[in-house]
Amino acid sequence: MNEFSNTGNKDTRSGFGVALLELGRTNPNVVALCADLTGSLKMNEFKNEFPERFIQVGIAEANMMGIAAGMTIGEKIPFTGTFANFSTGRVYDQIRQSIAYSNKNVKICASHAGITLGEDGATHQILEDIGLMKMLPGMTVINTCDYNQTKAATIEISKYNGPVYLRFGRPKVPNFTDENQNFEIGKGIKLIEGSDVTIVATGHLVWESISAAKDLLSRGINAEVINIHTIKPLDKDIILKSINKTNSLVSCEEHNILGGLGESISRLIVQNNKLCPMEFVGVNDSFGESGTPEQLMNKYKLNSENIIDKCLKVISRKKLI
Amino acid sequence: MNELENLVIQVRRDILRMVNNVKSGHPGGSLGCTEFFVVLFFKIMKRNEKFEMNGKNEDLFFLSNGHISPVYYSTLARAGYFPVKELNTFRKINSRLQGHPTTHEGLPGIRIASGSLGQGMSVAIGAAITKKLNKDDSIVYTLHGDGELQEGQNWEAIMFASANKIDNIICTIDYNQKQIDGDIKDVLDLGDLKIKFSSFGWIVFEIKNGNNVKEIEDIILKAKNESGNGKPIVIIMNTTMGNGVDYMMGTHKWHGVAPNDEELRIALDQNPETLIDY
Repeated sequence: MNEFSNTGNKDTRSGFGVALLELGRTNPNVVALCADLTGSLKMNEFKNEFPERFIQVGIAEANMMGIAAGMTIGEKIPFTGTFANFSTGRVYDQIRQSIAYSNKNVKICASHAGITLGEDGATHQILEDIGLMKMLPGMTVINTCDYNQTKAATIEISKYNGPVYLRFGRPKVPNFTDENQNFEIGKGIKLIEGSDVTIVATGHLVWESISAAKDLLSRGINAEVINIHTIKPLDKDIILKSINKTNSLVSCEEHNILGGLGESISRLIVQNNKLCPMEFVGVNDSFGESGTPEQLMNKYKLNSENIIDKCLKVISRKKLI
Repeated sequence: MNELENLVIQVRRDILRMVNNVKSGHPGGSLGCTEFFVVLFFKIMKRNEKFEMNGKNEDLFFLSNGHISPVYYSTLARAGYFPVKELNTFRKINSRLQGHPTTHEGLPGIRIASGSLGQGMSVAIGAAITKKLNKDDSIVYTLHGDGELQEGQNWEAIMFASANKIDNIICTIDYNQKQIDGDIKDVLDLGDLKIKFSSFGWIVFEIKNGNNVKEIEDIILKAKNESGNGKPIVIIMNTTMGNGVDYMMGTHKWHGVAPNDEELRIALDQNPETLIDY
C-alpha cells in the first residue's frame, strides 16, 4: 500500500494565494478581482505586488462577475476571489449568462467551501456549489484536496481557455500530495491500489479516505482510493476500471449528496451497465451549522469512520447481488 | 434624404419584418433606439473591418437590454458584420440570431450574451479596464433600458465606475419611461436619473430628442470629448417607443408584441424602402 505522509497542515486557500502570486509574475495577462475578502482569499501578496492588476470591487459580487467577464475581452485572464457561497449561489445568473453562456475565460476561485468554514454557520457554508456549477454547460469544476494540489491546479487553470470553478477551503488540513505534481484537468489520480472496494473522494475527504483505507487494510480489506479533483469533466475511465475490479464504490465529498460528485458517479455507473453497490459520504440534504470544522465533520459524518462503515456496507451488499 | 436617414428607415423596416415574420420579439424599444444605433455604428464608433472577439484598438458596444435585439441585428448586418439575408432567420430554430443576443452561436458583432437584465454595465466596465491595461485608448459604449435600472447590479456598477475612475466608458440610457407592466413611474419610479448619476460621480448628458440623428451625434461627440477626465459618462436619451410607426408610438403596448400582417403593411407604408430589403 502506498504511504502518504502529511508534510504539515496547511490551508488550501494559501495554495491558491501562492500560485496566484506566481502567476502574477509569470503571466502579465492574469488579473485578480476580490469582493472585500482579500485576506481570507490570500490575495494580499498579489494585490501588493501587482496593484494595477488587482481589482477591489467591494461587497458587490454580481458586479465582480460581470467585470471579470468583460475583462476577458482583450485577453486578460481574470481570477475572481470570494467565499464559495458568494462565488456561486449569490451570482448564479451572472455566471450563467455573462460567463458560461458567453464562454468567457474566467476563473471563479472559491474559498471557505463546504462545512469546514466552521463557526460562521449555514449562511456562509454552501453545500450546493458543486451541483450549481456542474450543471452549467461548458463549466469545468475542480475541488482540490490539499495545499500542494490547490497550488498546482491554480497554475494549470490559467493555461486552460474557458470558464473554471475552483473550489477550496479555509481550515489547515494535511498537505500530502507531491509538491511538484503535474496537475491534469479531468484526470483522476489513483492514490492506493486495491481490489475489494473503490473509494472515490474529492477535496478534504481525500485525506479521510486514505486514513479509512489504512484502517480497512488492518481488517484485511484492500480499498482502492481515487482522488477526483475534477468533478466536471469527470474521469470516467479511472472509475469504471476500478469498479470492474472491486464491484463496489463509496463516494466522499464535503457537499450535499444531491448534485455532487457521488451523483455524477452513480449516473456513470448506470449508463455503463456496471451496476454495483454504492454508498454516499456527504451531507444528506441539509444545511450546515456553527461549530469547529472538526466538530462539524464529525457531526455530519464526513470522516474516515463513516467512510469505513460505508465501505463495509457496500462490501456486504455485494453478496446480495 | 441623406445616408443616415435612409439607414434609419431601412433598419425600421428590418425590425418590423423580422418580428412580424416570427410573430414575436420586441419592436417598441427597437424602434425607439433605431436612430441611436445608426448614429453610433455609422458615425461614431471606430470599428475594425474584421470582427474579433478581443476588440483590440477599436471601440466596443455592449447592449445590456438584450430584448431589443432586432435593432442590434439589423444594424450589425447593415454595417457588414454578417449578410443581411440572415435577418430572415431571427428567432428561428438553428439561427445565430437568437431571441436575445449571444456569443454562443458565433454571430459576428456580439461580444456578450444579454437578456437577463442588469448585467451589461459590469461587463462594459470590465472591458474598459482591460482597454486601460492594454494601453488602448478606444471607448466602450453601452445601451441600457430605463426599466432595467431597477436591477440592483447596475448600481453596484455605477458606484464602482466612478470610484475607479472608469473614464473610457459612455453609457446611454434609453429613457422612454415605459416597461412591460406600464409607465415606469407606476411600476417602480426611478426618481431623477440625472441627479442619481451625478451624485454617484458620473458626468451626465441628456439627449432631449433621442430620435433625432443630429442631436444624438452632437451629444455623443460632446460626451466623447469629456472622456479621459477621470469620470464615467452617462447619456440620458429621451426616446419615443415605437418611433416611426404612428400606431406604436407613445404606448408600451408594443414592447413585446409583433405586428400582424395588416399592421405590418401599414407600418411599412409609413417607412418606404430606402436600401434593399433583406
